[in-house]
Amino acid sequence: MKNKKNNWLSRAMALLLPLLLLGGAALAQAPAAAEPEMADALRASGKIYVVVLVLVIIVTGLLVYLVRLDGKVSRLERDAENR
Amino acid sequence: MKWWKYLTIALLLYTVVMGFLGHVPRLAILNETERNLYFHVPMWFGMTIILLASVINSIRYLRTPSSRLDILAHESAKTGILLGVLGLLTGSLWARYTWGTWWTTDVKLNGAAVTMLIYAAYLVLRGSVSDEQQRARLSAIYNIFAFSAAIPLLFIMPRLAEASLHPGMGGNPGFSKYDLDSAMRLVFYPAVIGWTLLGVWITEVACRLAFVQEKIYEKQEKQLA
Repeated sequence: MKNKKNNWLSRAMALLLPLLLLGGAALAQAPAAAEPEMADALRASGKIYVVVLVLVIIVTGLLVYLVRLDGKVSRLERDAENR
Repeated sequence: MKWWKYLTIALLLYTVVMGFLGHVPRLAILNETERNLYFHVPMWFGMTIILLASVINSIRYLRTPSSRLDILAHESAKTGILLGVLGLLTGSLWARYTWGTWWTTDVKLNGAAVTMLIYAAYLVLRGSVSDEQQRARLSAIYNIFAFSAAIPLLFIMPRLAEASLHPGMGGNPGFSKYDLDSAMRLVFYPAVIGWTLLGVWITEVACRLAFVQEKIYEKQEKQLA
């Protein structure tokens, strides 16, 4: 009984495996040009990190400005309270 | 500083880093511009939420008038308008390079533009009334009109429209659920929360400044009297 089941499984595997391998090979061989173009070169060269760092600097700068403005308003609130 | 301000900083930095380094599906026409989803769309989310806060404060003002509620409604409306204008500008730029035109007579684009015009009139109305209480009451009433006009323009008319170039037909007017893949969701939702919180933060600082200003004027008036 157990043997029979194994036989059935191994036969199924024997049929499926080449299909799977073929499928994988077909996917791997799909020409890159057929896919929509993305900024792969920008990523490969690592220059994308330049863009990310520029944005991090700008966002950090704006947030620091807002934090300081927030602090100034807090000080003004204390001053207005104590006057 | 309150905890949600630290959260804003963390979410925005996460958005700009993961917005560019995170995985996005390979899509024709959009290509890498689909990353604009993390920046353009949150403007509209933020605008809607902050304009809702504005109209709630206007209704509260009409129930129990106070200059505090008027300031809250006014400053929220200003931040909402700022986010809406940024949404229009970024959307127009994005359209130029994906649809090939700065503007088309699309129901979603025109609805958003008309909404911004209605809110611009809110600021004009405020600027044209010098009496403080009259200005507060008139603009509170107008704000209710503006918000009730914005909702059909932004959320109902696009759903009734036959066709639209803008993503998201037959459901959410902004994008359809099929436009987002699971990797993009991990950046998109934090981006929406982060940008909305930034709008709330700016509004909070502006309101507090206006409150202090008012307090100082009151004290000066007392000293003069």
